[in-house]
Amino acid sequence: MHFGPHLLLAALEGLVTSAVLALTALGLSLVFGVMRVVNVAHGEFFMLGAVLAWAITTAIGGHPALGFLAALVIAPLIVGAIALVAERLVLRRLNYNPEATIVATIGMLYIIQQLALTFYGPEARPVEPPFSYRILLPWFGYSGYKLSIIAASALLLVATWLVLTRTKIGLIMRATQYDSETAQAFGIPVGRVYGGVFALGAMLAAIAAVLIVPISQAHYLMGQDPLLLSFIVVIIGGLGSLRGTVVAAVLIGLSDGIISMFFSPTLAKIIATLLVAMVLVFRPQGLFGTASR
Amino acid sequence: MSEASPAKAYGLHLGVIALLFVLSFLLPEYYHGLLARIMVLAVFAMGYNMLFGYVGLLSLGHAMFFAAGLYGAGLAVIQLGWSVPAAFAAGLGCGVVLSLVIGLLALRTTGVAFMIVTMMFAQVFYLVILYFASWTGGDQGMVVPQPARVLFFGATALDLTNPTMRYMSALGLFSLVLLITLAIVRSRYGRVLVAIRENEERTKMLGYDTFSNKLAAVVISGIICAASGAAYALLFGYVGSSFASVQYSILPLLWVLLGGGATTLGPLIGTLFMYYVIDITSGYTSAYLLIVGIALILLVLFFPKGILGSIRQRWLGWLP
Repeated sequence: MHFGPHLLLAALEGLVTSAVLALTALGLSLVFGVMRVVNVAHGEFFMLGAVLAWAITTAIGGHPALGFLAALVIAPLIVGAIALVAERLVLRRLNYNPEATIVATIGMLYIIQQLALTFYGPEARPVEPPFSYRILLPWFGYSGYKLSIIAASALLLVATWLVLTRTKIGLIMRATQYDSETAQAFGIPVGRVYGGVFALGAMLAAIAAVLIVPISQAHYLMGQDPLLLSFIVVIIGGLGSLRGTVVAAVLIGLSDGIISMFFSPTLAKIIATLLVAMVLVFRPQGLFGTASR
Repeated sequence: MSEASPAKAYGLHLGVIALLFVLSFLLPEYYHGLLARIMVLAVFAMGYNMLFGYVGLLSLGHAMFFAAGLYGAGLAVIQLGWSVPAAFAAGLGCGVVLSLVIGLLALRTTGVAFMIVTMMFAQVFYLVILYFASWTGGDQGMVVPQPARVLFFGATALDLTNPTMRYMSALGLFSLVLLITLAIVRSRYGRVLVAIRENEERTKMLGYDTFSNKLAAVVISGIICAASGAAYALLFGYVGSSFASVQYSILPLLWVLLGGGATTLGPLIGTLFMYYVIDITSGYTSAYLLIVGIALILLVLFFPKGILGSIRQRWLGWLP
């Protein structure tokens, strides 16, 4: 294969990564933006989504598309419910204090991970893609399913954007993000908004995981890389900015694929992490964000 | 919070040290070895407490300071063939340099950003250890050979692999760091640190240079953690990358939270307690991370002051 097709392949793979990353990071970004909570357990909600997708598709059986569609609906709902319970039982009692919630979500991370290990086991298990249509390009055939991930993710991102900017729910969320005390004074049930946002953030991660699980595999430690990458995306894109998050996800997804093609993955991770730490030190509002209020 | 007389405060701490000394002769072999390890790790927790408890800076990357000491000392012995004191000094040196650099960078941020930045720097440190696997042994780690772990004083050789010798060395380091932290906490400098924790703006307004005071605290904390790491390498002879992983940044936080932040003896109590809880439960389940997770959540929910912090609040207001 020549250089051009090679790059196209890398770019396509990068876009698939970006699509999943954008959804995951959007969840993290929403939770941070509205609640000012850094959810370290976000990667575990991602993992739960994938593990549940495996469980649901295995339980349903039959045609892979049937199980997959069921997983796409049920897994995020279960994960959202778990997140809601965690928010009610723990985060709300901590009054959303930023430091205490970080410690608490670290605790959640360990609990979820260990429970997944106990009940799901250490194996990586595959999920069959809903369809296996291959699109034939002049140089190589490319999985149609992977392209559909990009489309699904774009659709969800646009939907989230519309909800945030065009609906009453979005208005309430933005009001809470802007100034929760004034919002409360205007009769917005801030506590319920927080619960909903935390659940929504976890659900976005779970959807992303269900989408990616036919390509990768479900494993109890699979939440770690998405967590780190989501942090990177959210920091680069500017905390709480939707547009920045999407741009950064595409940037990181594409460059991650291309850098790891030329360097060792460990070195790529070292460089990326170091760069992001430096961004946070010298430009805390992110590369695309505006200065915080 | 009433102030303890120097005699009362130092008396209590010397009493704890004396108790640990006596325990060396009473404990059965297994617990003897465990307690030596706990004392070394309690030093790590004390270093963490300097920053988290007294200055109120929550770092999620202290594993890198521990690992700097661990690898500084371990590599000096294994790759360069240095003697034990020189290797220990090398470990401390690595801790000083690293904490100075990290402090200068990370202290530009505050709050949540500080936690994430320290976590990311620690992650970079961890990956660097994996990347240079030909020197560091990667995720396999390295064993410090027994003949290299002997301390020479003229003609007398002190074998650090001997259990009693190991216990006494751990106790020596622990006592030294305990008394140093007590002295720092009771000094004018210690009060400035607490003032920064309570209200940084006001402290600044009173004319204190809060940045350099915080930087000094990061370096002190880094040296203490590096001392713990270096001692771990030399006393227990294993240098591994798992000690640089995120988990070892979380554990000192857990120990300090449990024992009580901003108490001098809290780190020891927290480490001791958590170690025994894990030791006991590991008989029933291998899921010790579950215990860690539940402990973290219960602590922040119901006991944010920890064991000694709660005792101080209720009964012993003078506790340092």
